[in-house]
Amino acid sequence: MLLLADRNFYSYQLWNAAAATGAHLLWRVKAGTHLPVVAELPDGSWLTRIPDPRAAQARRHKNGQRRRRGSTPGPDTGPLPGITVRVIEYVLTVTAGDGRTRTERYRHITTLTDWRACPAAELAAGYAWRWAIDPGKQGAWHGDIGLIPADKLPQPAAVWHTAVSLVTTSSPAYGTLPGAILVSLQRMAIGFAVGGTPAVLLALVAGLSRLGENAVDPLLQIVRMLPLFGLIPVFIVWFGIGELPKIILIALGAAIPLYLNTFAGIRGVDAKLAEVGRVQRLTRAETIRHIVLPGALPQALTGLRQSLGVAWLALVVAEQVNANAGLGFMISQATQFLRNDVILVALAVYAVLGLITDALVRLLERRALAWRRGILG
Amino acid sequence: MATRDPGVASLPVPAGPAARVRGLSRAFGGRVVLDGVDLDIAPGEFVAMLGVSGTGKSTLLRALAGLDREVTGERCVPGPVAVAFQEPRLLPWRRVLANVALGLRVPDAGAVAGRALEEVGLTGRSGAWPLTLSGGEAQRAALARALVREPSLLLLDEPFSALDALTRIAMHRLVLRLWERHRPAVLLVTHDVGEALILADRVLVLASGRIVFSGPVDVPRPRDRDNPGLTTLRHRLLTELGVNTEGQL
Repeated sequence: MLLLADRNFYSYQLWNAAAATGAHLLWRVKAGTHLPVVAELPDGSWLTRIPDPRAAQARRHKNGQRRRRGSTPGPDTGPLPGITVRVIEYVLTVTAGDGRTRTERYRHITTLTDWRACPAAELAAGYAWRWAIDPGKQGAWHGDIGLIPADKLPQPAAVWHTAVSLVTTSSPAYGTLPGAILVSLQRMAIGFAVGGTPAVLLALVAGLSRLGENAVDPLLQIVRMLPLFGLIPVFIVWFGIGELPKIILIALGAAIPLYLNTFAGIRGVDAKLAEVGRVQRLTRAETIRHIVLPGALPQALTGLRQSLGVAWLALVVAEQVNANAGLGFMISQATQFLRNDVILVALAVYAVLGLITDALVRLLERRALAWRRGILG
Repeated sequence: MATRDPGVASLPVPAGPAARVRGLSRAFGGRVVLDGVDLDIAPGEFVAMLGVSGTGKSTLLRALAGLDREVTGERCVPGPVAVAFQEPRLLPWRRVLANVALGLRVPDAGAVAGRALEEVGLTGRSGAWPLTLSGGEAQRAALARALVREPSLLLLDEPFSALDALTRIAMHRLVLRLWERHRPAVLLVTHDVGEALILADRVLVLASGRIVFSGPVDVPRPRDRDNPGLTTLRHRLLTELGVNTEGQL
């Protein structure tokens, strides 16, 4: 057993009391502590001798009295009782969040005097690792940005390495990344279809007739005001913990912005253009086809982009609540194993998937709303 | 006597007036805008209607177009009606040709619409999006859309007011040329006395919801703005419109 302690714990009595339990000790001490070299060790550490401060105090007192008395034996300079420990010293350069760097000297003393069995570098690394996993330790001791310990914010190269290994190999904890993506995409597609299709149909019903509006809109306004993620516990009670509650959550998330925007788009069609339809004696179907739907399309597409955003959000939440596959499952597994690199990979994949779907809608906008290029020049 | 049912628009234009209204009235929330207007427009007649803002010119035009369902009185427009508004009101999401062909129910509507665009000199822009057209081009496309229906009554609601002066002159000539070729009855609503005098067979002044002046323009076309034959009538019209003309042209 190796007992670690931070800078302010050391005292001669405490150290001896701890050492008496039979544990090995590796404690940080203040950098200014006087630790004279007794023997240098090949790994850069050295052995020092720490005298018992009480014995030293007693001797100072005795020698002082002898000096005042002018005693003949002179001051007592023989060896004092004390302990022999090994000192490991190193300097770390830490870069803080604001980009400033500071250099800090670290000094440890340890009862592990065998430099071959316990090289200095290994002990220093072990000590560092101990503090990095301590959630209470906010100040950075190591790493690149100083705000988050390196162990919690893996470097990009490490994340990339994790990503590659998640793609190429299947781990029992996470499965494979492509498999997880496939599961998540499938959930997303089903949820979006289940939510988006009725949203557009209901928006048409509500948008094209007063009766439809009175029948449909109040209900959807109620649904809209429900806190989406607050429904999760109820969904679990109603629909269990299988795929159904996840699909419904995504569907609801997708449906609301799509409905609201399509409905508003239909109602927002320029009345002057609708009048043109009357002047040209268009039938109701022709008016809807030539004037209402194309006029509502820009806002409906904005709604589509919004609802994709909400649907991705719903997917992330749904998958982390209770899932046995998918990206969210990967994240919750990684949380259990303290694998921040895996979490970061999964988050990055979510972001990329979101960007891709958004880009697809924008491509659709460019094609369907080509007539607007005149405005943008 | 023409039937009062606007649904029989496909019947051949009878010998009667292209448009006739009797006792046409309209109030917006208690404010009377049209107060028993009587008006006949003969087939092929070009009528310009003047009036200061808020006198109900546009309301009368919208009533004739059948766009106002709350107007009271008798309205009889036997033939097809077309309207060109102050703004071109082209559907921005349909290309120019499709805009002209909108609601056109004839065989080969595309070719017919193409010929209408040719008449207004827009053949080259038939595939353009309306938002890329200049103001004059858009208004010409709107004219083509109105005329392609071969209306017996063409209603023009200040269609040139948003155009610059040079474009407006060109549009006046275009409208006259089209009118001479197709001979619809025209009701042009305008603020511009000069425009009315250059274009119309007859000029009306609408004030306080009634037609307070109606007189012919007896000068052969093409007319010039400073044609001396128009001076007397211009003064009369400006007086009717409440503008002091002393010392002015």
